[in-house]
Amino acid sequence: MIEFQNVTKIYPNQNRAALENVDLTVNKGEFVFLVGPSGSGKSSFLRLILREERPNDGQILVAGNDLARLTNWKVPALRRKIGCVFQDFPLLPNKTVEQNVAFALEVIGKPRRFIRRVVPEVLDLVGLEGKHERMPDELSGGEQQRVAMARAFVNRPMILLADEPTGNIDPATSIGIMKVLDRINRTGTTVVMATHDAAIVDSMRKRVIELEYGKVVRDQNRGVYGQNYQ
Amino acid sequence: MRSNFVFSEIWIGLRRNLTMTVALIVVVAISLSLLGTGLLFVKQVDSTRTYWQSKVEISVYLCYQDSPNPSCHGAATPAQTAALEAQLNSMTADVVSVQYVTSAEAYALFKEAFSNDTAYVSSVKQSDIPPSLEVKLRDPAADYGVVSSAMTGASGVDSVIDEETILEKFYRLLDGMRNAVIIVALILVVAAILLVANTIRLSAFNRRRETGIMRLVGASNFYIQLPFLLEGVIAGLLGWVLAAVLLVGVKSLLLNNLQQYFSYNVGLSTGDLVEVIALAMIVGILLCGVTSFLTLRRYLRV
Repeated sequence: MIEFQNVTKIYPNQNRAALENVDLTVNKGEFVFLVGPSGSGKSSFLRLILREERPNDGQILVAGNDLARLTNWKVPALRRKIGCVFQDFPLLPNKTVEQNVAFALEVIGKPRRFIRRVVPEVLDLVGLEGKHERMPDELSGGEQQRVAMARAFVNRPMILLADEPTGNIDPATSIGIMKVLDRINRTGTTVVMATHDAAIVDSMRKRVIELEYGKVVRDQNRGVYGQNYQ
Repeated sequence: MRSNFVFSEIWIGLRRNLTMTVALIVVVAISLSLLGTGLLFVKQVDSTRTYWQSKVEISVYLCYQDSPNPSCHGAATPAQTAALEAQLNSMTADVVSVQYVTSAEAYALFKEAFSNDTAYVSSVKQSDIPPSLEVKLRDPAADYGVVSSAMTGASGVDSVIDEETILEKFYRLLDGMRNAVIIVALILVVAAILLVANTIRLSAFNRRRETGIMRLVGASNFYIQLPFLLEGVIAGLLGWVLAAVLLVGVKSLLLNNLQQYFSYNVGLSTGDLVEVIALAMIVGILLCGVTSFLTLRRYLRV
């Protein structure tokens, strides 16, 4: 599903590469944790998958598409297959929970009938039944994150990318969030999650890819967060 | 592509920047109406020029009963008139034709020409209108001098009027006004372009959260840009409607008043006005559309 072949990414005006010779494959339906300290390249990795950035070297294949060959106007089609839960794409404050999730479908031209049917389903999936009409500022951090996940998942993407979804969330609530992600993964969606949260990684025992200074230093199935970071 | 969605986004966008949108509409309205006025002036001048090309070039007014000219001693006699006519006809190098117009004929023509100004007409009696010899010249510029000196002071001649000279002054006045109007219009067009760019830029900035999500979620670039483009075009169209109203005002108040300076009808038709208004619309749409498009390319990351 996702293939990185000797990918290197160097941002302009930077001495060190953000990613260096990253070579790995993520198969369909896998759940992958991307761990590493700040600046190790986790966010760059995710952005390259989305084609927000282009690599300086190497090849990237996502869902069978060679990203280098993808013309600009085909990129939206790619992105519809990828759901994102990112910190810098928060909920729209003037829309209700339901409208926020519906927005993601409206902008890609889905018909109203479809939206009316699908949005409540996905809100139930993330555990927000009964909160459809709330505004984002009436929700707790954990609930807001669930809405973000609902929004990312509502179009049934093939891949779900999450960048620190439990970033500001307390440990107890984090468990609830991870349960949702697990549920999503069980429907067949490939999940790649970048995180600092050692407890979560240790408890779920999924594949762990560890990045350090842009290089992959560990790629372990059923891995833990790491001995170095207690 | 759902039109409901696009329209609701456009409406939200316009309302959010209401003050800027209004400013944009006003500037577009003024610049288009000034451009249109300039064009109307051009058409007006052309229409008068065309009309006069084929008309009389020199009028030799003959002495009449109440002539104020001291060298006239009462109305020109038939003998004097015949002599003058013969003299003109002999100047074949300069004169194409000569036509004698009696007072009565002249008065009738006068009433017809100024039919829309009954006050003026009623203040002038037939005895105030002199008979004339209408002379068509071969080469207006060169021949005027020759014919004029031949006729001025000749017995029975009250005055020699070269309509071309009068008109020339008038054309220059209109040309001057036209140039002034067009320069101001162009300055305003530049202002309009800058305002459109700024409004779109502000709009894009205000909606960056929504557009960010749209991009992430995989909305097509066209779908993302469309509401902004249409915002610009719609504001431009509203400005054009205002401009159209103003142009109708310019034509009916300003240009139709010019009529009083002319003996004959040189007014612009409604067709001319419609043409100018249509042209203004095209300019307005192009201006707003292209500027919006270029601004979006720069400030909306897609």
